[in-house]
Amino acid sequence: MIKVTDLSKDYGPVEAVKSISFEIQDGEIVGFLGANGAGKTTTLKMITGYLVPTEGKIEVNDLNIIDDTHEIQKQIGYLPELNPLYTEMRVYEYFEFLAGIRNITGRPFKDALARVVENCGLNGVIHKNISECSKGYKQRIGLAAAMIHDPKILILDEPVTGLDPNQIVEIRGLIKKLGKEKLVFMSSHILQEIQATVDRIMIIHEGEIVANGTSDELMSNFMGNVLLNMEIKGGGVESIEHIQAKLPSVKFISMEDLNGIQHVQFEYDKGQDPREELFRYAVDNNWSILKMTPHTTNLEDIFRDLTTEGDINA
Amino acid sequence: MLNIRMVFRREMLGFFNSPMAYIFLVIFAVVNGYFFTNTFFLFGQSDLRTLFDIVPLVYLFFIPAISMGLIARENNIGTMEIISTLPLNTYEFVMGKFLAGFSLILLGLAATSIHFFTLMAVGTNVDIGAIFSGYLGLALMGATFTAIGVYSSSVTENQVVAFIIGVFVVLVFYMLDKTLIFVPHSLAGLVQFLAVDYHLSNISRGVIDSRNLVYFFSMIGFFIFLTIQTLEVRRWK
Repeated sequence: MIKVTDLSKDYGPVEAVKSISFEIQDGEIVGFLGANGAGKTTTLKMITGYLVPTEGKIEVNDLNIIDDTHEIQKQIGYLPELNPLYTEMRVYEYFEFLAGIRNITGRPFKDALARVVENCGLNGVIHKNISECSKGYKQRIGLAAAMIHDPKILILDEPVTGLDPNQIVEIRGLIKKLGKEKLVFMSSHILQEIQATVDRIMIIHEGEIVANGTSDELMSNFMGNVLLNMEIKGGGVESIEHIQAKLPSVKFISMEDLNGIQHVQFEYDKGQDPREELFRYAVDNNWSILKMTPHTTNLEDIFRDLTTEGDINA
Repeated sequence: MLNIRMVFRREMLGFFNSPMAYIFLVIFAVVNGYFFTNTFFLFGQSDLRTLFDIVPLVYLFFIPAISMGLIARENNIGTMEIISTLPLNTYEFVMGKFLAGFSLILLGLAATSIHFFTLMAVGTNVDIGAIFSGYLGLALMGATFTAIGVYSSSVTENQVVAFIIGVFVVLVFYMLDKTLIFVPHSLAGLVQFLAVDYHLSNISRGVIDSRNLVYFFSMIGFFIFLTIQTLEVRRWK
């Protein structure tokens, strides 16, 4: 479990993280979403003990990061941003080094090596120089390096940056698999990536957490009006005005007549779905409804709203 | 202790996986060998004094070159972040780095022992004691310069900058006793005590005095301490 309370970090006069608080339970996969420079990496660096917080408290499995840095670091696997690697080493030498520092040598190391090779699909490259590996393999090596000691907590800073779509799907699958038994806290500035992988999303903007919840929760909290696209045959401008009068919750936006088919756009409040009434109205008036598609605000829009305005609160 | 060994091992692997170590060892041997054998047969003296005179000069550039990457490179490629988030103490990291650099110097020194065997073969009345103390002095000086190099490598992420700082600091300590005539009389003793060459020449003469040993060990300790502080402070920034 990770528990962060009133955490702040200043770089000189710049406040990178402003008094944020959150909790992550074991077995959760949490995505940390924010634009570049929002404070994601700084927060992760503090949780892993690379940076010391200016203020606030970080507890990992009831240990405090200031007093028990090494104890916490033993329980965490960390993949830093940009995945730095000792390119002059061979893959297994690198794992041997990391495992050695974590006191895993001999038989246990062989088992650990077999586990990460299996998990991360590193079979073909284990004896290669890291510099000879492709970007996708390097990313997997970084991930494997974070898992060599089988940590309870995985902290991944932008784990799929720079990978091609196939590799992204692979890494995503791997993270999901790992998330079944571990706490995974991963950051990203790409929404789709987070949405496809995590149980819960936290959005950080200018050092403050502006949203925190499952993607459904975020949708229902932040969703504004719903746009309804309709294609109607047999109606006219007058009848549209009738609709307005009969269903005041529906707001008429636009209408276009293309080859006798009216393309109409309405807007309505998310709580007041008028589609049934619209349908009945159409039947009563002998219209044919060819299409009726509500366009809900998606997470993408919410993310954009939250990280450009910054004044919308959960 | 185990962790120091792991850092040390990784560093040595790094040295020998790249051309670095080989280039260093070969050039170190060639340069020293050239300057030593050049005059050895002319002088006709059964000692290694020319070797012991040339090695410190070679050190001036070679040791900063070996140690420039030790920490600066980790800062540069970002592996420092991995190191810092491992359950590893800063002193273990720095000691491992220092010992790796120092070991490479010792290997270079060991390669010069070929001249010792030449001497044993052609010379007469060889003073083994003087040769032993000469090597001891060179080893201590090498360790001191390595500590300085490790420190200069820790203050930057640019290896070239680390090299320049390293050469500069090493040069200052090397040149100190050559500036004695410009120094006020009251300070002369202090400046001389700080000069690395002064202590080296004492030991090379065969006088292994505790004052000289104290000097070398405190220099090493001081720069390693500075390195640890430099790295620790970074976390708080």
